[in-house]
Amino acid sequence: MKRLLQVNDRGIYCERADVYIDPWQPVQRALITHAHSDHARRGNGQYLCHHDTAPILTLRLGTDIRIQRVSYGEPIQINGVTFSFHPAGHILGSAQIRVAYKGEIWVVTGDYKLLNDGLSQPYEPVVCHHLITESTFGLPVYAFKSPFAVYKEIKDWWRENQQAGVNTVLLCYALGKAQSILNQLREETDVPILLHGAVANVNGALAARGYHFPGQWMETEPVTKAPKGALILAPPSALGSPWMRRMGNYRVALCSGWMQLRGARRRRGVDKGFVLSDHCDFRQLNEAIDLTGAEHIYVTHGYESQFTRWVREERGLPAEIMNTLYEDMELEEL
Amino acid sequence: MRVFAQLFEAIDSSTKTSRKVAAMVDYFDRVSDEEKLFAVALLIGNKPKRPVATTSLREWASALAGIPSWLFEESYYAVGDLGETLTLLMPQQSRPEETPTLKAVFATMTALRKYSPMEQRETLYTFWTTLRGTALFLFNKMLTGSLRVGVSRKLVINALARHLDRDEATVAHQLMGKWDPLTTRFTDLFPQQGTALPHHIPYPFYLAYALDREPADLGDINNWLLEKKLDGIRGQLIRRNGELFIWSRGEDLLTDKFPEFGPLTTLLPDGTVIDGEIIPWKDGHPLPFARMQTRIGRKNLSAKMLQEVPLVMVCFDLLEYEGRDIRHEPLLIRRAQLAALIDNPALQRILLRSEEMAFPDWQAAADFRERARQFHCEGLMLKQWQSAYGVGRRKGDWWKWKADPFSIDAVMIYAQSGHGRRANLYTDYTFAVWDGDTLVPFAKAYSGLTDTEIKSLDRWIKQNTVEKFGPVRRVKPVHVFEIGFEGVQASNRHKSGVALRFPRMLRWRLDKTAAEANTKDDLLDLLRLYGQ
Repeated sequence: MKRLLQVNDRGIYCERADVYIDPWQPVQRALITHAHSDHARRGNGQYLCHHDTAPILTLRLGTDIRIQRVSYGEPIQINGVTFSFHPAGHILGSAQIRVAYKGEIWVVTGDYKLLNDGLSQPYEPVVCHHLITESTFGLPVYAFKSPFAVYKEIKDWWRENQQAGVNTVLLCYALGKAQSILNQLREETDVPILLHGAVANVNGALAARGYHFPGQWMETEPVTKAPKGALILAPPSALGSPWMRRMGNYRVALCSGWMQLRGARRRRGVDKGFVLSDHCDFRQLNEAIDLTGAEHIYVTHGYESQFTRWVREERGLPAEIMNTLYEDMELEEL
Repeated sequence: MRVFAQLFEAIDSSTKTSRKVAAMVDYFDRVSDEEKLFAVALLIGNKPKRPVATTSLREWASALAGIPSWLFEESYYAVGDLGETLTLLMPQQSRPEETPTLKAVFATMTALRKYSPMEQRETLYTFWTTLRGTALFLFNKMLTGSLRVGVSRKLVINALARHLDRDEATVAHQLMGKWDPLTTRFTDLFPQQGTALPHHIPYPFYLAYALDREPADLGDINNWLLEKKLDGIRGQLIRRNGELFIWSRGEDLLTDKFPEFGPLTTLLPDGTVIDGEIIPWKDGHPLPFARMQTRIGRKNLSAKMLQEVPLVMVCFDLLEYEGRDIRHEPLLIRRAQLAALIDNPALQRILLRSEEMAFPDWQAAADFRERARQFHCEGLMLKQWQSAYGVGRRKGDWWKWKADPFSIDAVMIYAQSGHGRRANLYTDYTFAVWDGDTLVPFAKAYSGLTDTEIKSLDRWIKQNTVEKFGPVRRVKPVHVFEIGFEGVQASNRHKSGVALRFPRMLRWRLDKTAAEANTKDDLLDLLRLYGQ
């Protein structure tokens, strides 16, 4: 019997509805879990995504793409298959996609996290038979604290740097983490918050959806230096670029789940690493399996072979690897 | 341990040496002499030996974390450091936090060795469940015998000198030798100014940098002493108070390993310290270093071995003469005194004076360097005749000028992720040469590429993996690298039949295809010509 969802050379495919979820090759009709570039690629005939994802797709892929916008929980019928989007807690607008046909339910998590970051629509478990889950941090060495505890660490560090008379540069993914951090800095009005163009562009696009964030774009012309004590948000790719010369005397930190490992932090030569991730850690991945009650687990990008074996041998559930082309984007750029 | 953990964090989170030194000075000013002593031991790498087998550590930690052992191993591959893996896998405990003193931790490390496995496990569970954060990490790093703090010995000396208000050379000297913080006091190590040091303590070694300029820029060749750079063990020979001590540069006391030197106790006058290279020597020239390695590891030296691999010290400097520290004298004077001291027929079977190589000009010296291997050496040492004997590695008066390495173009066939700051990144590669139409692995290397090259190669490896076994990936045989190495010898433990000394990547040959790599015969030719 053919499965309702399977992977082919273009993406996760639902043959019955003839649609793809997060395809990596151009297709007619694509359902998009979220706007990160490895999940939302160019060249598709039509994009189906959450309202908050749409402005980012337009920003990145151009205004001429065809987008159908949906709300969370809104059922969409395609060739008798019911699709619906449910909050994934990863970034604003990120969704798990539920696929139901004749009583059989599949869920594609996309990227997700169970911890509330204060901005993204919080994760909601979706009961299903078949769960296709990511596994970016699918090893028990990854155990993340609440984002709110990390926000406090970030603010404390910023204050410490201000007292030392140096600027604070935070490197984080321009879509997602940048906004959830800025969202916590609304009270900090006395000191300037400056944004790299990549972050400012995303903020600008989200304004159309009524989301507003503190921070000024550090324009490239005229070339100005950051004032003392400022906090600057930039994507990881800014590290070591000439753009950083404008930061004056600064300390720099990376915000990423990878910062859990000392080697990853030292390799990048940053002063500090904040363990802040928009993905599930090992415990959350296990909890998600419990919450969905899924009987079959398919593991995609990350530590897929290890997490599959764990689910199969230690949790006694049928599990298999699903080979996709999604990448870990935590340290990549938009 | 709490304050030391803060110091570790301060050092670990900075790349600036000035900040690291300031953090150490601040720490030394704040803590007790006792804590300082243990901290200095850790900072300079004088750490306790690994007290428990790592297999036991893995087993007990997996049990405590509630994971199967295969998942522990997978986690270890990802983290790339056992101490850190143990730390990350410890469950968040409800037991109250404790912060033992550094001394207590050191004492535990020593005591653990004598415990039964049951007692070891109980002790570890106690520490694992009551330590937190950096303190837990430091404990586990000591437990795995791999604690390194990101400061050089030079920086520690610098900070101690500032804390004690003494000059760096004095502090460097006082820190020499093996000392056990559990049986030493801080005031023993750093006695009041003017107090004589214990007679077994060696002087800090003077070390050379690789020559970083044209030799002609060094001026008149006649101002320089040129010696063959020999491949042995750098050692300091001390004859004081009727006793003989031989120290290696790694500050191991090796006196018992070299019974040949025993007669020097009576043959050398009291108050003599000589710097030189200890090297196997027979029939007027050095034997390969590999021969020395076969004897250095042994507890008991057979008469046969002593006869087959006799050692000498090729002496190149005199640091103490008639009980006087003469390191400040010019090399010219020290060499003259060295000659007077050891040009003595009774000594000539064990102490040789390093040959003073005479070249009319730098070009002649360069020609010799190129063919250095034919003369049983690795290149030349250049030392200014007017120079004093310095402390540590300095630029200017001493240079090493090594011959270019051998090189072979090879194909990368396996990749493995690295350790420490290279964790989770494919940085350790296995290389192969052609034997007919099959690729035979012959060397592993992990150094020589830039961070940018490593990053792009890492990406390529992840996308071009043919097969995975544990942490190792077999990749498509596409990329060619020029592999450099210092020596080659026959080996029946390696598939290729050869073992290389210090292989590393010299260049990523993007201009070559796999088919253009060298062959096993090319390697065997090198073995025939230069094999040891």
